[in-house]
Amino acid sequence: MIADARKPPAAPSSLRLVMTLAIAGLVSGVAIIGIYETTLPTITANKARELREAVFKVLPGVTRMQALVYRDGRIMAVPEPQKDEPVVYGGYDEQGDFVGYAMPGAGPGFQDTIALLYGYLPGDKQVVGMEILESRETPGLGDKIYKDAAFVAEFSALSVEPEIVAVKKGTGSQANQVDAITGATISSKAVVRIINETHAAWIEQLPAPGTEPPLADATGNAGTGQ
Amino acid sequence: MKKNESYEELVKGIWRDNPVFVQVLGMCPMLAVTNSAVNAIAMGMATLFVLVGSSFLVSTFRNVIPKQVRISCFIIIIATFVTIADYTLLALVPKVHKELGAFIPLIVANCLILGRQEAFASRYPTRLAVMDALGMAGGFLLALFSLGAVREILGDGALFGVRLFSENFEPWIVMILPPGGFLTLGVILLFFNWFRYKKDEFLADVAEAERGGS
Repeated sequence: MIADARKPPAAPSSLRLVMTLAIAGLVSGVAIIGIYETTLPTITANKARELREAVFKVLPGVTRMQALVYRDGRIMAVPEPQKDEPVVYGGYDEQGDFVGYAMPGAGPGFQDTIALLYGYLPGDKQVVGMEILESRETPGLGDKIYKDAAFVAEFSALSVEPEIVAVKKGTGSQANQVDAITGATISSKAVVRIINETHAAWIEQLPAPGTEPPLADATGNAGTGQ
Repeated sequence: MKKNESYEELVKGIWRDNPVFVQVLGMCPMLAVTNSAVNAIAMGMATLFVLVGSSFLVSTFRNVIPKQVRISCFIIIIATFVTIADYTLLALVPKVHKELGAFIPLIVANCLILGRQEAFASRYPTRLAVMDALGMAGGFLLALFSLGAVREILGDGALFGVRLFSENFEPWIVMILPPGGFLTLGVILLFFNWFRYKKDEFLADVAEAERGGS
């Protein structure tokens, strides 16, 4: 099966070898650029849609959003945040009034980085929703941090003061306590820790409640989620 | 006769020379992404696309590519198709792409694909090479799906995300974890080998009976 019936041809020149590889590489490069350019708009649109849906999910009643960054000592709205710049999303209702922040956070989980988004109402100092954006937690155990509706619901009215604490299942009674998932304690605690860390990093930078930046584009260019 | 020949190339990969159950190739994606039927099928389809595309090109240009640089050329061709599959999945089914993660780029390293280029596509006409690729990829898809389906049914109590059992069913979580992959694959391989052994035995009996009869 390995034996080759053809007679061995004369050894080709080095130039021919180099040219063959060069041409193959060139054609391959062009093909890859082509597919990248073709799929890029769809991929970008998918990501933007996912983010918008997540923001609307963690902030009930929100139908518009804009990206907010911390520059020159204050929070301001920007149409396009720079790459790697920390950003939060301001959520606004149908009338364009500020509702709350959707704050992205990330940190180590049980297996790999967990990236999440949570809704925060500065007036009530409450977390009102949490959505896991990215995680590779153990299927069947750690992935309950987003598959277990009861755990996700723990984050629907959660006080952040003094900080969120994960407690053994069934013992949570305070407003800042979360029932950890049995069998996924590390993943549950990771979620709580990520929210606490993100909160601590932003709390000093957020403006006083009531003085949030208004919706920059009144027509709501961020869409209505349709 | 020609029709039979290409038909033979197509079916041999699905059963007799099944890349997973008989040749035991491509074990890495086989074990890693078969924790649900959907993931298994997406992986199988991506591999099918890459294998058929690469076999077609390698076979078409088999007289142009110098022997000394053939492996590099095969890899360039395979890697290009893998990149195309990667971006296409990311654009069309971002959720599946997220689940498969690093295993899509790793199709490049699937020895099944490079093996078919070296052993078949670079030696045979395009038509046969494409048939062979379709058969092998079909066999791979079948194997991935059977593993994925078994693991999802036992480990999650569902198939394609549809619940199969009542609430009382306690899923065997171990089946969707890595050990479940090894366990399921082992049982399927056991069955396959037992079946082949029985078939050989049966054929030998038949041959002997014929000799005795005549």
